[in-house]
Amino acid sequence: MGARHGGALSARYVAGTSPVHRLAPQVKLVAVLGYALVVVATPVHAGWAPWAYAGYLLVVLAAAAVAGVRPGRLAGSLVVETPFVVFALLLPFVTRGPRVEVLGLSLSESGLQTGGALLAKATLSVLAATVLAATTEPRELLRGLERLRLPSALVQILGFMIRYVDVVSGELHRMRVARESRAFDGRRRGALRVVGAAAGALFIRSYERGERVHLAMLSRGYTGRLPRGPVAAVPSRDWLTGLSLPLAAGAVLATGMLLG
Amino acid sequence: MSTAPSLLVEDVAFAYPDGHQALYGVDLRIEPGERVALLGPNGAGKTTLVLHLNGILRPGRGSISVAGMPVTKQNLREIRSRVGIVFQDPDDQLFMPTVGEDVAFGPRNLGLPEAEVTARVAAALEQVGMAGYAERPPHHLSFGQRRRVAVATVLSMHPEILVLDEPSSNLDPAGRRELAEVLESLPVTLLMVTHDLPYAMQLCPRSVVLDAGAVVADAGTRELLADQQLLAAHRLELPYGFDPSRA
Repeated sequence: MGARHGGALSARYVAGTSPVHRLAPQVKLVAVLGYALVVVATPVHAGWAPWAYAGYLLVVLAAAAVAGVRPGRLAGSLVVETPFVVFALLLPFVTRGPRVEVLGLSLSESGLQTGGALLAKATLSVLAATVLAATTEPRELLRGLERLRLPSALVQILGFMIRYVDVVSGELHRMRVARESRAFDGRRRGALRVVGAAAGALFIRSYERGERVHLAMLSRGYTGRLPRGPVAAVPSRDWLTGLSLPLAAGAVLATGMLLG
Repeated sequence: MSTAPSLLVEDVAFAYPDGHQALYGVDLRIEPGERVALLGPNGAGKTTLVLHLNGILRPGRGSISVAGMPVTKQNLREIRSRVGIVFQDPDDQLFMPTVGEDVAFGPRNLGLPEAEVTARVAAALEQVGMAGYAERPPHHLSFGQRRRVAVATVLSMHPEILVLDEPSSNLDPAGRRELAEVLESLPVTLLMVTHDLPYAMQLCPRSVVLDAGAVVADAGTRELLADQQLLAAHRLELPYGFDPSRA
């Protein structure tokens, strides 16, 4: 079978028993969201902003250390923010206003600030999300979202995505093998048309699979709601532990605002 | 226990909305505890008939009842717990993140208390030889294991009749044998849709042949498979070298 052990989506999860692993998923979701909000709320042009970013970084690194997430994995996860980096690097060149000379280049001062802030905020948020993904299995995340009252239809769609991403990527893989077995070369001219047709075929197949899955669900009494398992209440101590992440970040922000 | 047949199909006719007539008056009666194979070439209407058994499709004419209960809109929930359909592709059937949650899907839809759900999940997985796999995601299992879990997902609903669509397709010989052992051990009525004639012979004492939307033969499997003319007339073929009189 094409699917790797663990599946594509669980690849970010690192099994463990750290205090962060043991927290209920909804606590972690709220914590990461709160942390990201605090980070984003930091004023871009304040003089103390770089100090605040450093403070946030310490906070999230501490969380990663408690969770046992290795620095290598944290660094690797930053790949996803490449588009932001490109945008942030462009800003100092295209923004108007007072300019400064850096290494012989004339750069916009406010562009530098904005670009730097964008980069810092994106990086910090991605780091926090990485700690979340590394300590929470995808289906646990879904359970957390469900407990946080995300509309049931959305949770179901996400759940099916997790379940079927390997099935669909397996199909994609088999189609590619079948193409290449008949001497198809993806780099030749006109290859795009073939790949486009394959994408269409994959869409139809997935659509039909969706219909069959729905049929199988109806056959077992599905009425539009996924039945839930038992729900355990989260002790308030866990909430306190989890929320220490956004609270610490909030403290950094408050300090900056008061002293700055 | 009532003495009503597990499944009673009377004069069921059905045409798809595009006008294609798939069933022309099908009659079928299956007693409790029977194991029956439903044979027929591709396009004979086997799957269409199966989808009638739990009310996914509604007959244009005729009626169906399961253990005495007619398949009607009002009874759908009860009917779907009485008719357990195992579809051909286990990836269609297993849509929950873990095996255990999937087996619990049906019982939870029935609104059973959680303790009962847990007990049924454990029992169903035990019945198909998959105890201890409850926490595993389905895509980690072999195809044969997934097929057996698919059987468990309907067993947990305590069906009156188990309906299997091509249960032996894509299985390797060992997976085929393991599934046969599981199916033989189950104390339920069984209707098995298949092209796999030796498998029908191994598991089902009785066979029904459906062709062009009508039942064309209903007899003991051994006797039916020995009738070369009948098989040839309905595009059914025994594998090379298979002799039903000696199996």
